Amino acid sequence: MNLFLQQLINGLNVGSIYALIAIGYTMVYGIIKLINFAHGEIMMFGAYFAFIAATSFHLPVWAVLLSSMVIMAIIGVAIEFIAYRPLRNAPRLSALITAIGVSLFLQNLALIIFKPDPKVMPKIFPETIYKIGEIEISSTTLITIGLSLFFMVLLDLFIRKTKQGRAMRAVSEDKDAAILMGINVNRTISLTFAVGSALGALGGVLYSVAYIQVYPTMGVMPGLKAFIAAVLGGIGIIPGAMLGGFIIGMVETMTKAYLSTTWADAIVFAILIVVLLFKPTGILGKNTREKV
Amino acid sequence: MDHNKKKAYLINAIAIVALYLVFFVLIQTKTMNNYFVGIAIMTCIMIIMAMSLNIVAGFLGEMALGHAGFMAIGAYSSASFSMALIDGGLSLPPIVTLVLAMIVGGIVAGIFGFLIGTPTLRLRGDYLGIVTIGFSEIIRIFFINFGPTGGAAGLKGITRLVNFNNVYWITIIVAFLIFTLGRSKQGRAIISIREDEIASEAAGIPTTRYKVLAFSLAAFFAGVGGSLYAHYQSFLEPSKFGFMFSIEMFVIVVLGGLGSLTGSIISAIVLTVLPEMLRSFSEYRLLVYSLVLIIMMIFRPQGIFGRSEFSLIAFIESLIQRKNVKNSIGGGEAS
Repeated sequence: MNLFLQQLINGLNVGSIYALIAIGYTMVYGIIKLINFAHGEIMMFGAYFAFIAATSFHLPVWAVLLSSMVIMAIIGVAIEFIAYRPLRNAPRLSALITAIGVSLFLQNLALIIFKPDPKVMPKIFPETIYKIGEIEISSTTLITIGLSLFFMVLLDLFIRKTKQGRAMRAVSEDKDAAILMGINVNRTISLTFAVGSALGALGGVLYSVAYIQVYPTMGVMPGLKAFIAAVLGGIGIIPGAMLGGFIIGMVETMTKAYLSTTWADAIVFAILIVVLLFKPTGILGKNTREKV
Repeated sequence: MDHNKKKAYLINAIAIVALYLVFFVLIQTKTMNNYFVGIAIMTCIMIIMAMSLNIVAGFLGEMALGHAGFMAIGAYSSASFSMALIDGGLSLPPIVTLVLAMIVGGIVAGIFGFLIGTPTLRLRGDYLGIVTIGFSEIIRIFFINFGPTGGAAGLKGITRLVNFNNVYWITIIVAFLIFTLGRSKQGRAIISIREDEIASEAAGIPTTRYKVLAFSLAAFFAGVGGSLYAHYQSFLEPSKFGFMFSIEMFVIVVLGGLGSLTGSIISAIVLTVLPEMLRSFSEYRLLVYSLVLIIMMIFRPQGIFGRSEFSLIAFIESLIQRKNVKNSIGGGEAS
């Protein structure tokens, strides 16, 4: 039982990170129908900037997080402007290939700038271990879960209550109608990239703190898993991405604890396939009828 | 067969034989060393992979991002088959062993294509893409954990049966088969699904059956490509058949032009040879590669050839015509 509770907390920890990264995928997909393959690399760069801010500049924790999020938001907007905007009316597959290209480019850029050897991420959060009965919870875990939940609530409020958030929802629902309503679509898309990339960077920092490492290809697997989480919850739906992230994190932790470490990824994929076969648009997705 | 078609076949055949002779002479005179021959063999294998992926991605128009999985199935099953055959003491000529192993690899991969395609092809677009990624990752993880084929350490000791001579002709045969498929009744049915699924269903085409057919055929040829890869490398490891390899093949197909087989061939050649050429400045190799990809997509989103095919005879005819026009203009000036 204790082991189970312990694993439950670990699952929440990993799941909240996946959820943060998945939000970026789902927001971008919702608004321009593009699988942003470069998102995993954005989280990797976010982790690197946090690493630099913490080790070279010795900034306080909040400044480390904030600087990494702000820099990545700017880079995210720049990527959209340079690589994706010229292709907005091109076939969707071309945009997808461009996203893959950007992903490869950022990965190799990181290889050249930071070199391939993994760096040790310092413990940026104050470290204490709380004991409840026989369960141990480190403060890092609590901070990770807390920060993720805080930003998710913030995002939810932003999307539902503010004018910009409403514009985002409008553009993702019907771009042409949104233009007719006087919404600046380009600015809204840039804002989406900024928010998504900032959350991705935060996810990257938390991920690197949890696994103590930073390396150029660290974005690939969590990126893929976060993408799966987004699809599982119903891509384009923000609560779906959060739900999917927690499910994937939980399933992964539980399989690693009780079944097998080597098969964990396969089981994650198998669950995705089974869900999609029965509910082709994801857990929270709505079925749209095809019209002739 | 009308006269024009005959001429086209003849010209293509001459070009194929001529190209082969060029390579033959280069290899015999050692102008091309083993390193370059290796690149040529890998290029042939990638051509097969790209053309087979084009059946699903180009003809059928579906996003299939798990081609490496079928390649892995073909590679492992054919390698196990040929190893069992050779261990069993059957001393067949190498080419016969290779062809048998290729057929086994192709059929096993094709069966898996059928099994995976039947339930998944009702998904559309991105959802299909992610499910195919999922299946190919599951296949890879299976081979990592599967003891009899060496697990994560890889499968060693496969007899090397592939050389440039046989891989060249096998590639030609596969190319011929896929070209023929594209022009057959079945191929046209598959293409009509890409153009408009509802309209083709209304025209009486059993769309589900043809979708599964396209998927299985693509898997079959991917299995053939995988068999060649196994018997060329003589060593297989599961990590080779990861997600990035599938993406790499998909990039080749999109860059060549979805639905254009000649485009696939050219882009497979370029994208296999280019990274090797850039090897001299190794550190920046993939950086340049990815930049080329982005720039290419921004300026030519439909790929090199779009959906049209490059035709040698049409090319030659246009050359002759241009010459004639030039001559007649020149003649006009002289008189």
